[in-house]
Amino acid sequence: MSDSAAAGIDAVYRTESRRVLATLIRLLGDFDLAEEALHDAFAAAVERWPAEGMPANPRAWLVSTGRFKAIDHVRRRAKLDELTAINGVRLHWSPSMESDPIDCIDDDGVEDDRLRLIFTCCHPALNPDAQIALTLREVCGLTTEEIARAFLTPAPTLAQRIVRAKAKIRDAAIPYQVPSRADLPERLGVVLHVIYLVFNEGYSASFGGALTRHDLTAEAIILARLLVELLPEPEAVALLALMLLHDSRRAARVSDEGEIVLLDDQDRSRWNRVQIDEGLALVDRALTSRRFGPYALQAAIAGVHAQAATAGATDWSEIVGLYDVLLRAERSPVVELNRAAAVAMRDGPEAGLALIDAILARGALADYHFAHSARADLCRRLGRTSDAVASYRRALELTQQEPERRFLEGRLRGITA
Amino acid sequence: MRYLCLIYDDERNWAKMPRENADAMSTEYFSFTESIKKSGQFIGGEALQPTPTATTVRVRSGKVSTTDGPFAETKEQLGGYYLIDASDLNEAIQVASRIPSARLGAVEVRPILEFASANM
Repeated sequence: MSDSAAAGIDAVYRTESRRVLATLIRLLGDFDLAEEALHDAFAAAVERWPAEGMPANPRAWLVSTGRFKAIDHVRRRAKLDELTAINGVRLHWSPSMESDPIDCIDDDGVEDDRLRLIFTCCHPALNPDAQIALTLREVCGLTTEEIARAFLTPAPTLAQRIVRAKAKIRDAAIPYQVPSRADLPERLGVVLHVIYLVFNEGYSASFGGALTRHDLTAEAIILARLLVELLPEPEAVALLALMLLHDSRRAARVSDEGEIVLLDDQDRSRWNRVQIDEGLALVDRALTSRRFGPYALQAAIAGVHAQAATAGATDWSEIVGLYDVLLRAERSPVVELNRAAAVAMRDGPEAGLALIDAILARGALADYHFAHSARADLCRRLGRTSDAVASYRRALELTQQEPERRFLEGRLRGITA
Repeated sequence: MRYLCLIYDDERNWAKMPRENADAMSTEYFSFTESIKKSGQFIGGEALQPTPTATTVRVRSGKVSTTDGPFAETKEQLGGYYLIDASDLNEAIQVASRIPSARLGAVEVRPILEFASANM
């Protein structure tokens, strides 16, 4: 095969393989069968395109070739009516198996299939770990090994999670469809949550040696972009904005030695202006919709930070005000903690400390290391050294992340020296 | 697809419930059942006597053992069921969410395992 033909197929694979898979899942009604069909379709392309030339519509060619190969495969394994009897459930949502698929693969149809795939992978009836694994596998096209590495989970565990999820989709008949208007807010919430968990795992890896895992933040942003393109709901727009604004600080958040650099100390010239500009525009778009929710408020807070030329120029009153609104939308102790930290910046450490102590006194966040490190930091600024030492130690006991540990140890050395 | 909706709640709540609340609940159950009969989703359904009436039976090494009470002691007990017909899990969830006890306890939705012979 010539290099240019190979490069052509490679490019089609990169841009079309996930779309083709999404449509094949609908046509064949089975994830595994569709994956196999996708593989067979590209194998056929490698064989035929160099000689015959690339078809005018490669996507349609791949879909109908894959579908043909799958039906052929199924027929060879068993007669179709027998299979229907044995696997009635499997073929349950594949009424179009015998119909001509060409009319189903116009651009709109294909984009609908991608959205169906996202909502099926993030169905609330699936275990949350499985939602993440399945989304990265089927929507993003990551291999099981890549996902296992990103989440520091043994590959067999992850593979089993995916197998179980696919079995539940088939056996419980989780439909391949975009939810109805009435169900959309709840169902979209799950999708956004899955995307944000993937992002956060990459942005602030919850355990392990490195602070960030860029592969996961990048995948989360790609997913959010896709979702915004397919379903431009304000909260989806806002989540994309939030992630872009956080990710814009990536280069400045970690020193060359791999140590944490706090927001105040970051070299703001290293922030990614392109991501900030896009993020701010998206925040505006979400807020002006007037149907915004917690993600838009969090994105607006990130936007205030992004707009401050120096740490000292940060508009803390604006940030506290946004946290007030966020608390009304989403009463969570973590939001309260973040608000307390903002109050400390606006009104001084004493005011912030009183709020954090009140949260801890209620018994909330007792095992959350950031609560103790935030408390330690305010005590340190107030010169209450022994309180600061105790809280840094508590935070150290709770953190499972190596750079965070080194950071806290550094702070502890700094005040006890 | 057939799904079994298993209704779990704390049966002591029923015992403690004031008369008018219990009546309102019964009316709600009645109209819910009517609505899924009308829509063709109802296949069957019953309420169960409370767990003090339950007997657990086991056969071990050919010997029958009988014990008082349900198989597992839990905070919420199986109190009834509906067997429904739904096109997919989303429709089943939609039906289950309208069972009055879903607001107080929980409804477990389980697809029925269809054997091949049943289709032939």
